[in-house]
Amino acid sequence: MKISYFPGCTLKTMAKNFEDSALASASSLGVEMVELPRWNCCGTVYSLTSDDLIHQLAPIRNLIRVKEQKNTRVVTLCSMCYHTLKRANKMVQEDSEKLDKLNNLMYKEDVKYDGEVEVLHLLEILKNEVGFSQVAKKVKTPLKGLKVAPYYGCLLLRPPEVGLDDSENPTILKNFLESLGAEVIDYPYETECCGSYHTVVNIDLVVERVYDILSSAINQGAEAIVLSCPLCDFNLDNRQKEIKEKFSEFKGIPVFYFTQLLALSLGLKEKACRFDLNFVDPRPLLKSKHLTGGV
Amino acid sequence: MRTEISIKDTKSKFLAKVEELSGENIYACYQCGKCSAGCPSISEMDISPSEIIRLVQLGEEKEVLNSKTIWVCASCFTCVTRCPKGVDLAKIMESLRQISLRKNVDYVNPLSIPKDVLSQVPQIALISCLRKFSA
Repeated sequence: MKISYFPGCTLKTMAKNFEDSALASASSLGVEMVELPRWNCCGTVYSLTSDDLIHQLAPIRNLIRVKEQKNTRVVTLCSMCYHTLKRANKMVQEDSEKLDKLNNLMYKEDVKYDGEVEVLHLLEILKNEVGFSQVAKKVKTPLKGLKVAPYYGCLLLRPPEVGLDDSENPTILKNFLESLGAEVIDYPYETECCGSYHTVVNIDLVVERVYDILSSAINQGAEAIVLSCPLCDFNLDNRQKEIKEKFSEFKGIPVFYFTQLLALSLGLKEKACRFDLNFVDPRPLLKSKHLTGGV
Repeated sequence: MRTEISIKDTKSKFLAKVEELSGENIYACYQCGKCSAGCPSISEMDISPSEIIRLVQLGEEKEVLNSKTIWVCASCFTCVTRCPKGVDLAKIMESLRQISLRKNVDYVNPLSIPKDVLSQVPQIALISCLRKFSA
């Protein structure tokens, strides 16, 4: 199966471990993600004011690129890209006047946008098209004995009209991780905001928030966190340095992109898993569990 | 002396602007407080989310725009998901930030962000921060 792929900025820089593991895993499951030509920034945050049409240009322009690729579907990895593309798409599908205005603003584009592209997240492809049971069949290294805590954050789930699962009681990451053979723990913070972009100007806010999230998972027995957003990842992984400075008893916990564990369990090598790019090195944990496929 | 405050008296230009920018009906809120109960950021706020709506209903422009709250809200959409009246508080918070920013006053001046932070954080953090905090 071929599908257009929108990477977004951070997948090409700080989240190479996300992109590399996703592309390799998808390919080994028969999903070919074809990168869009001339993609641009998605805007990162969806414009919430009704008159701010100019900021909807960026996501919609990317959907024109999908049409130019002769596709009707685009897949994203980053939760923020998923949110802005999907929501801008929904907005123009429901408001033809705004869609006309946007098309007029983009009069130099060869192709007009009519709301016909579908925006998907890789997790949805894995669940609905590959099927978790099929994923389970392809697993060569089951993540046996590995206790993981799924972390959804905000933008995969909320608001409900653009979320990919039940906003209050999501199960998609749990079911996915169980198909890889991992043991999934429950904790109350899996959908709690990590502090997001406050990490630029108010590190303390993020440190407090992430400390609560990680401590709760650790107290429930988690040995690793699994997520899908490069900004959550920065806050939950890199910011552990600042958490340790503030909370001396905090020992730290590895944080994976869900695709890294997928790559590992599919038997892909280090080049695909890219554990070397994680801030908290997860390799000692994986070694202790004899999960040395990609290590 | 008895003072009567009616919606008619307090419906201000400010409230009309918030309704226009957010597309939300501010008076749909019946002050149940569910948004404040579930807000993950409330400990950082000076005015709770449900109080913000009440103050907007009453046209208290200064108090609302000078609050920390509107900047602490990071649009996590928890309140939007849970509001029993379907009020999109994230859109209201955004309108309040926009009313401030459209006076061409930055909440965070991009030049004030230290170089070591700029080189450390991912692009999505920087772009979203400046989209929300700069004019």
